[in-house]
Amino acid sequence: MVDRKETRFLRDFCAQAALVILLFVPLIVLIYGFSQGRLGPNPVEKITHQTGLWTLRLLLATLAVTPLRRMLGAPGLGRFRRTLGLMAFFYGTLHLTTYVWLDQFFDWAAMGRDILKRRFITAGMASFALMVPLAVTSTRGWIVRLGGRRWQRLHRLVYVAAAAGVAHFWWLVKSDIREPALYGVIFAVLMLARLPGRSGATAEGGLPARPEPR
Amino acid sequence: MTLLPRHRYSLPWSMVTPKSVYLSRRRVLASLLALPPAAAAAQRLENVRRSGYGQGEKLTPYEAVTGYNNFYEFGTGKEDPARHASSLRTRPWTVRVDGEVHKPRTYDIDQVLRLAPLEERIYRHRCVEGWSMVVPWIGFPLAELLKQAEPTSNARFVAFESFYDPHQMPLAAWAGIPFPYVEGLRLDEAMHPLTLLVAGLYGEILPNQNGAPLRLIVPWKYGFKGIKSIVRIRLVKNQPPTTWNMANSREYGFYSNVNPHVDHPRWSQAKERRIGELFKRDTLLFNGYGNEVAHLYAGMDLRKYY
Repeated sequence: MVDRKETRFLRDFCAQAALVILLFVPLIVLIYGFSQGRLGPNPVEKITHQTGLWTLRLLLATLAVTPLRRMLGAPGLGRFRRTLGLMAFFYGTLHLTTYVWLDQFFDWAAMGRDILKRRFITAGMASFALMVPLAVTSTRGWIVRLGGRRWQRLHRLVYVAAAAGVAHFWWLVKSDIREPALYGVIFAVLMLARLPGRSGATAEGGLPARPEPR
Repeated sequence: MTLLPRHRYSLPWSMVTPKSVYLSRRRVLASLLALPPAAAAAQRLENVRRSGYGQGEKLTPYEAVTGYNNFYEFGTGKEDPARHASSLRTRPWTVRVDGEVHKPRTYDIDQVLRLAPLEERIYRHRCVEGWSMVVPWIGFPLAELLKQAEPTSNARFVAFESFYDPHQMPLAAWAGIPFPYVEGLRLDEAMHPLTLLVAGLYGEILPNQNGAPLRLIVPWKYGFKGIKSIVRIRLVKNQPPTTWNMANSREYGFYSNVNPHVDHPRWSQAKERRIGELFKRDTLLFNGYGNEVAHLYAGMDLRKYY
């Protein structure tokens, strides 16, 4: 007989691994498409858009964890939050790399001007910059080092990062704002779902009240 | 490996299927799946004269020219027009030429195509979004049509209008810009020999997604000045309104000459990505047609008149 603690660990590990593999699918699709010349006439544009979209989607997915957990009464969902957040950061890094390399070809002066002059670039850079400290301090060690409350306060930056991500998208489109508007609405709903209120849920949607059982 | 005798697998290069044929088989198969049969059958244009324009430029593949378009009446995605423009009916079609002219006239599209000999011209095409193509257009100078109308001495500008029908263009409602699409040129720009009325590309009749049956091409200006599916050409006294300028005047001016030194407020115009190339190349003033057109703007502040 396998003891319960071990099965739970195994189940947990498999769930996390499945999630990570699933979240690599968009990247694999891009790499395969690129190698086959199937990303359309402007592959760099497609790579830029897709990596950007997945960054925003995963950021919003990260923000959806806490409300979903409360609504579904499934506190266990909380352990996927870090994975989603780190994958958002991963796609954000790919997105930024595409810009720095394939779009600007390491022209640092031009990029500096872009950041200062163009608000959609400013917003995108801000969003990425805010995600860096969150990715760095995503480990258990950092939670302990900073202390739960301070760590939580720091990680509220994710709201700003997501808002800046939506603004980045909104300010970049030429006239058809449907898609960025959709992401804006999702962001607004996820923020509203955090308002303290009904059902006696804690206003702090962050860390579980007690350490995770593991 | 030497298990097989050499002659069994060594074929001369003459027997290799040319890459374009090999690739076009895929294209045909894909188009059979993706498009209604009417759209797949392209009509050749006959008696087209070659011209010397664009020698030495590498043509952008047909697939990209006809599969990567901005035609907001058929959706705002680059691949939308190729997917949706088959709903456009291009016959019967008339083009009204009027305004400050001595001979206003409504032409049937087939009369327009017989106004002047058709010629093929290879032009660079630079989109305001920062990408570019090289396209073998077929058409004739707009001046040929304007001369027939005999502009009056009051005519200083030319105003163009696109066809608009929400039933044939249901996606237009989401575009975020007003329709019908309108554009304009100064009369001297319109009369310039480089300014082309286009009815075809790559030897065939203009595909719907490229602005069938008749569009404008002004190679030294950003692509959006090249209004598609034209139904009306009006000679006017005052500078006419233009669609993108109405939608966002800070970002899109009346002139919209290709200029690497005047940035779009949201992105630099210093470089462009030629479709098919990975890295960007420098954008040229007037898209490289400065020798022919710079005199039109002598003494003008191109930053002010962007």
